[in-house]
Amino acid sequence: MALAMVIDDSSATRMILARILGELGYTVEKAENGADALHKLSKMSRPELILIDWNMPVMNGYEFLVKARSMPEYDNVTMMMVTTETEIEQVLKALEAGANEYVMKPFTKDIIDEKLSLLGLGAR
Amino acid sequence: MALSANDFTFLANFVKNSTAIVLTPDKDYLVESRLNPVARRVGVASITDLVSKLRANPTINSEVGSMVAEAMTTNETYFFRDVKPFDVLKSELIPKIIERKGADRTLNIWSAACSSGQEAYSIAMVIKEHFPMLSSWRIRIVGTDISRAMVERTKEGIFSQIEINRGLPAPLLVKYFTKAGSEWKIKSDLTSMVEASVMNLAGNWPMLPRMDIVFLRNVLIYFDLQTKRAILEKVNKVLVPGGALLLGGSETTMNVSNDFDRITSGNTFYYRSKGGPQLPPSTPPVSRVPYVAPRGNAF
Repeated sequence: MALAMVIDDSSATRMILARILGELGYTVEKAENGADALHKLSKMSRPELILIDWNMPVMNGYEFLVKARSMPEYDNVTMMMVTTETEIEQVLKALEAGANEYVMKPFTKDIIDEKLSLLGLGAR
Repeated sequence: MALSANDFTFLANFVKNSTAIVLTPDKDYLVESRLNPVARRVGVASITDLVSKLRANPTINSEVGSMVAEAMTTNETYFFRDVKPFDVLKSELIPKIIERKGADRTLNIWSAACSSGQEAYSIAMVIKEHFPMLSSWRIRIVGTDISRAMVERTKEGIFSQIEINRGLPAPLLVKYFTKAGSEWKIKSDLTSMVEASVMNLAGNWPMLPRMDIVFLRNVLIYFDLQTKRAILEKVNKVLVPGGALLLGGSETTMNVSNDFDRITSGNTFYYRSKGGPQLPPSTPPVSRVPYVAPRGNAF
């Protein structure tokens, strides 16, 4: 099965996103913030997809995105922001930092699936 | 309160006659969920009372009739729905039209049953993004829908956060939309490409320009065979010879119409008009289709 990671400081959101990705055919690893994600990524196989919240303690999602995109081994990993940030400037900032897609909370399974389909990563 | 069998039959007949949508008795849940809000808006206590009002003036042109008909249509849509039709538009259909119509420099695309306009604007974005050479062409993307409210929404081009979350690539969001409060307004360079008007596919058709491409997706599934045949016959007349028809993933012309060839393109397919009736030689390039009487539905 394809591997994915969900980074969100809300355990409820982590659980919901992991369930959605599980239903779409992914095995999901979860992380509570950007630093936790980098630590876990260093010890696991490279995921195909990472969903990233923006506002988190320790290391936020934007900082994680910039850091991960500076590491060549994650060049081909699809990274999608899933966040409450809804200003167009934030969307642009995330895209410029290397996000492949952007979902504004609240989301549904359909929304996640449709966005992944755009990226050629629909149901596995 | 559940509808009586008599009221359900009256309602089903009204919906069939005004929209050609077939409501079978197992759809009673749908009727209740769609019409309870209408009953509240009209100010009556129940769907039974709503039906009584409708009986007094059972036409789609009455206020209650239009509200009932609109409520029973399905407006599910989102940007770049199913993705593949837009891939084939980009990779095959528009390039072939550019090849074929270099001198004519017109492109007409119809988004039939356009709902709130996401399909029409997705088409506009494909053209803007991938075919800058068409900037000097006369492009008409025509959206039609049975619902006046949906047509107005298409013209406005304003979408909620949930709607822009659905299927719209983020790079296109930042390029073609501006945020207005909690909503998102599509920019004028796209709204100027899209025109919208009220049209009942199962009723009398207004004058339409000859179309190069028709998007008629996830619409025929709601109609009976006779209505499907009548609609496809008229679609074939609206299309230029060799024009393309895109249906929903679960829809087909098989056993409905012999006027189309199924064309495989990559991992998807579309339908190509075999020709259809030719217009008189004097007809100008962007011409109008003569009125065609509907078959089987007297309204």
